[in-house]
Amino acid sequence: MMSAPLRPIDYATETAPADARGHLLHNLILFGRLLRGLGLAVNIARVMDVAQALEFVNIGQRADFFYTLRSLMVHRKEDLPIFDQAFKLFWRKYIDEGQVIQFPRAHIRKRTKPVVKAPPLKEQPDNGNSQPNPNQPPVIEVTMTYSEAEILRSKDFAEMSAEELAEVKALIANLVWQLGQRRTRRLHPGRDNLIDLRRTLRKNINFGGDVLHWARRTPKYKPRPLVILADISGSMERYTRLLLNFIYSVSQALKQPVESFVFGTRLTRISRQIDQKEVDVAIKEVGHLVNDWAGGTRIGDSLKTFNFRWGRRVLGHGAIVLIISDGWDRGDVDLLGEEMARLHRNCHRLIWLNPLLGMSDYEPLTRGIQAALQHIDDFMPVHNLVSLEALAEHLAKLGQERGHRRQKFAL
Amino acid sequence: MNATSFTAFSSIDDLHAALAAQNYVAERGLSTAIFLALKLGRPLLLEGEAGVGKTEIAKVLTSLLNTDLIRLQCYEGLDISHAVYEWNYTRQMLFMRLAETRGEQASEAQLFGPDFLLKRPLLQAIDPSRSNAPVLLIDELDRSDDEFEAFLLEVLSDFQITVPEIGTVKAKHTPIVILTSNRTREVHDALKRRCLYYWIDYPSFDKELSIVRAKVPQASEQLARQVTGFVQELRRLDLYKLPGVAETLDWITALVTLDQQALHPSIVEETLGVILKYQDDVEKIKGKQSQSILAHVQATR
Repeated sequence: MMSAPLRPIDYATETAPADARGHLLHNLILFGRLLRGLGLAVNIARVMDVAQALEFVNIGQRADFFYTLRSLMVHRKEDLPIFDQAFKLFWRKYIDEGQVIQFPRAHIRKRTKPVVKAPPLKEQPDNGNSQPNPNQPPVIEVTMTYSEAEILRSKDFAEMSAEELAEVKALIANLVWQLGQRRTRRLHPGRDNLIDLRRTLRKNINFGGDVLHWARRTPKYKPRPLVILADISGSMERYTRLLLNFIYSVSQALKQPVESFVFGTRLTRISRQIDQKEVDVAIKEVGHLVNDWAGGTRIGDSLKTFNFRWGRRVLGHGAIVLIISDGWDRGDVDLLGEEMARLHRNCHRLIWLNPLLGMSDYEPLTRGIQAALQHIDDFMPVHNLVSLEALAEHLAKLGQERGHRRQKFAL
Repeated sequence: MNATSFTAFSSIDDLHAALAAQNYVAERGLSTAIFLALKLGRPLLLEGEAGVGKTEIAKVLTSLLNTDLIRLQCYEGLDISHAVYEWNYTRQMLFMRLAETRGEQASEAQLFGPDFLLKRPLLQAIDPSRSNAPVLLIDELDRSDDEFEAFLLEVLSDFQITVPEIGTVKAKHTPIVILTSNRTREVHDALKRRCLYYWIDYPSFDKELSIVRAKVPQASEQLARQVTGFVQELRRLDLYKLPGVAETLDWITALVTLDQQALHPSIVEETLGVILKYQDDVEKIKGKQSQSILAHVQATR
């Protein structure tokens, strides 16, 4: 990416100021381009801002030069280390031609090589048919008879063939998702008993100080934020690919931002990767980012990471949390209980989706799931299309109320 | 832009020294960001964990520039009538009644005149009758909602507001705008792009010690070193809510009030609630953990 040798000039020894400015601007533009390549939102207007700001700063002072650039070119804490590294490499006297430049890889999108590939399906589905065209609603095979469609809807994802999976993916993309609404503190004209003084006065301006018509306001409703935490450990492997499809289609269907995370032995945020125009691109990027596919599970630790690092940032405004896991946990059970309790206190509704619930003889007896169950609002299956439809219906019906806490199963 | 107050800082060093003289111990990067905010007339967005001194910056700048501080605390549903302006309805009603008793009818021009206008923080900040630029602190922006952010975007781009009944109000002196966020929600990118950005981190031991010395000079040197060391150690631990600099200052003030010259086990146990605000965290630190940190601090600081 930096094949052309970039040699910023040494300002300490530069004597002709007008000439230096020209070089500096040129270098700033190149630097801006480098940052953009690394995924920072830097455009030419930004670079011009920097050039303007540098008029007030002694650019011989490396620290001041550094902070001036940083305060104008970085707007997110996550981007700070990338900037620091890029700055260090770019703004120095000479660049060693042979040196390979290493950037923090996890942050660079699109340019990294996959570390561990996502688990492939048993057989690759026929790519010609399964590729949904974004402009056109996916065409679902209509040659099936009614009963075939029914069978597919209720067949366990884990038992499906590659063709069936491709079909189900198209069906998943068609599901309609809606979340319960949250009453916000913002008011707008309406019919509730909250008086709108501004409009009331306007309406009664001709009555000499008597109020004959009252104008009222009503609270505004907004959809609740959704947070998805999906288990991608070995025991969930058969479901993982489809669940990513599910996460993608939910994220696309909802207008509000959806935060999604996956966990096995550690927690990875995948919201940015999921936010793509094409489902296959999204899933591929997730595959590149995550490196604990099909390994062990430490749900407690992962939830702790979530609660400590992300909870405060993504659980505001009465969020609904979906945990997708079979509950097979190799970590500390007490920790799992504690962190489930914490998560439960901080969200509006906590829903655990368990693919094993689809099995007729399944009982949630593992210690992990026992510890978690008392902190769950809804415990639902997620093993076939019917269960996903049931989930969609359930989410759409969630009202204002929190529901009874410590509720048992909602099968 | 007000020439007299701003030229006081001809360089970053000047500003850095002036902040220090106000007992605000800033990182070089922060001084640079503030300097540029003043020079470029751009808003400064400060992010960081709670209690690292984001709001304090605005107060220090106010006294440094000898101007007014206008503060707008954000919350969900913050609307124009609380952020920008409101009409004084009671007075308007009374005025209409009085006119009625005189057999007249109050005209709209009379009712919606400057006499009845209540200026809220944003309108105060861009009031053209001001003789110098005020500091406008928009605190905890992450608590507001999209609607307010969109409105703010408009105000911060040209520092003018249109009040339908009166007309457009435009600032004569561009206010110095400080926005703070605790990152409970991501501030919209469009708004971020208007601003200079600085992330305030927890300070190093030496930085924090000098903050403690500057803010609580009556504390003994030993106590200051131990308290700072203790809090620094706590920040390395796996706690749900790490103590900020504000907590350090609260703690040492509490200890000074209790006439303590140095930390000892029982006083630490009794006052843990000043620095740790979650029961889980207190449980975790209480007893063995706090004793071992204390022993470590006593040995090294």
